[in-house]
Amino acid sequence: MSELTDLTLSECISGLQGGDFSSLELVRAYLQRIERLDNSLHAYLCVLAEQALAQAKDADRRLSSWRKEQEAPPPLMGVPLAVKDVLCVEGAPTTCGSRILENFTPPFTATAVERLQKAGAIVLGKTNTDEFAMGSSTENSAYGLTRNPWDPQRVPGGSSGGSAAAVAARLAPAALGTDTGGSVRQPASFCGVTGLKPTYGSVSRYGLVAFGSSLDVVGVLAHDARDAALVFQHMAGRDPLDATSVERNLTPSDLTRAPFPEREGELRGLRIGVPREYFIPGLQAEVEQAVRAALALFESLGAELVEVNLPHTEYALPVYYLVAPAEASANLARFDGIRYGPRLPADELWQVYRRTRGQKFGPEVKRRIMLGTYALSAGYYDAYYGQAQKVRTLIRQDFERAFQQVDVIAAPVTPNTAFVIGEHSDDPLSMYLEDIFTIPANLAGIPGLAFPVGFDQQGLPVGMQLMGPHFREDLLLGAAGVYQQATDWHRRTPPDGRSG
Amino acid sequence: MTLTLQEVEHIANLARLELSPAELALYREQLSAILDHFSRLQQLDTSGVLPYSEARQESMPLRPDQARPGLSTEALLKNAPAAEDDQFRVPPVLD
Repeated sequence: MSELTDLTLSECISGLQGGDFSSLELVRAYLQRIERLDNSLHAYLCVLAEQALAQAKDADRRLSSWRKEQEAPPPLMGVPLAVKDVLCVEGAPTTCGSRILENFTPPFTATAVERLQKAGAIVLGKTNTDEFAMGSSTENSAYGLTRNPWDPQRVPGGSSGGSAAAVAARLAPAALGTDTGGSVRQPASFCGVTGLKPTYGSVSRYGLVAFGSSLDVVGVLAHDARDAALVFQHMAGRDPLDATSVERNLTPSDLTRAPFPEREGELRGLRIGVPREYFIPGLQAEVEQAVRAALALFESLGAELVEVNLPHTEYALPVYYLVAPAEASANLARFDGIRYGPRLPADELWQVYRRTRGQKFGPEVKRRIMLGTYALSAGYYDAYYGQAQKVRTLIRQDFERAFQQVDVIAAPVTPNTAFVIGEHSDDPLSMYLEDIFTIPANLAGIPGLAFPVGFDQQGLPVGMQLMGPHFREDLLLGAAGVYQQATDWHRRTPPDGRSG
Repeated sequence: MTLTLQEVEHIANLARLELSPAELALYREQLSAILDHFSRLQQLDTSGVLPYSEARQESMPLRPDQARPGLSTEALLKNAPAAEDDQFRVPPVLD
């Protein structure tokens, strides 16, 4: 290891606790790398250099006194993390990639971030996102797009594209994202990193700017399953400030041990469902090959592959693109130029709303507000929103039936590897189709984990996802952890990622 | 199906979005195409299926009804585009 920024989060922690290097050195290394590479990559919307350096100095003081007392420090003490700019961090601008929140500085910190800070983590900066997390490419940010570290002509995926690019390019050891329809897993796949979408309700959403409230969940982008587990473990659990959050008592060994640990490094007894509905015409041949090869490796590690059916998969896309915009149209009603953000002048209050929203929301956000408002409007509610919610029940039942047969389900994350910037700009529907494999897990509320399983001929990462029953992140993280012990796809770095 | 321009204007109004004629025309075209693609949903028989609900098995927990400190007026007004006398300032609502 020549560079501190090459270390995984777990390696950072042991290095800090063992006194091999200081938090200040680590944070400085990341800040220098951001300074050097992020002008072209644009993973960050805002870098909190001053605060991060001050917190690192403080962490070093505390680490050295713990070492003297022979006491264990808080588990993440001195470790830097990046945070997607839809999560509030007190005193740091939170834009959601939107002009309607330019100059907004939240007076509080999201619970997920606050818990990580209490565990000792340091926020390096806020990462780029599609406006209000609506998009699959990070091209919809009002503050400019983010580039894919593997190929700067391509998108990093989205909407957590800034977080995925930051981790892939070693501009942060791990980052928080959010996943409403695939916004952690799809960019993780496009950037060759590991992305965890936890079970709905596992992580408090207090301080997360809401998009689709029955779907949104805070997740993690990291170098490997073990790091993703570490971050998840320290932010999960019930929060009195979020009524949808659920108590989780997680320990690191619960989350990272092999699912059936009869023998170290093996997966004997694990039944992996392979749904035929995810291996469809239109799936890029190299994606299918890499996923099939990964399945074969899982089999050689002792897992059993079982064909399963998820018959309502083809309806997931329309269900999602009715339910999520409907919820978004309600959630985004709060952005009206009254309490925060810019206000466009008008004589009447009604015109203030219309003008401010019409000019400060971007095209994709307005499209989704329109779609959602239509789906909820009188005369269309039953045919669109009502029908979508019923089909959503059928999609969840598909998974419940499948999980009676198997422990986890494996599938590609996306039909294709990262696409070229601008490729889907004129055709929103073709962009929506990028989400077909990630949406079902959100509709059913189940956890999903994306991790790299190869590269296509152009050198772009290919991802695979494991989905599991509610609250069984341990199965996904454990199985992927065993896979990652046997492979090195997750250790590959983008072309200029090595140059210092 | 194709949405009429009047329908698109009506939706924009409901959503409190001031849109230009070009935007109205674009969204009319794009929303029509998206809804067309979604028409397959209507073909599925869902009689007897309950709408999705997030309600979980475990009972909804109650928390003690105790006063807790909240954010200060100053913190809450800090981001307001216009404020006066500890309140948000808005244009007249009534004549």
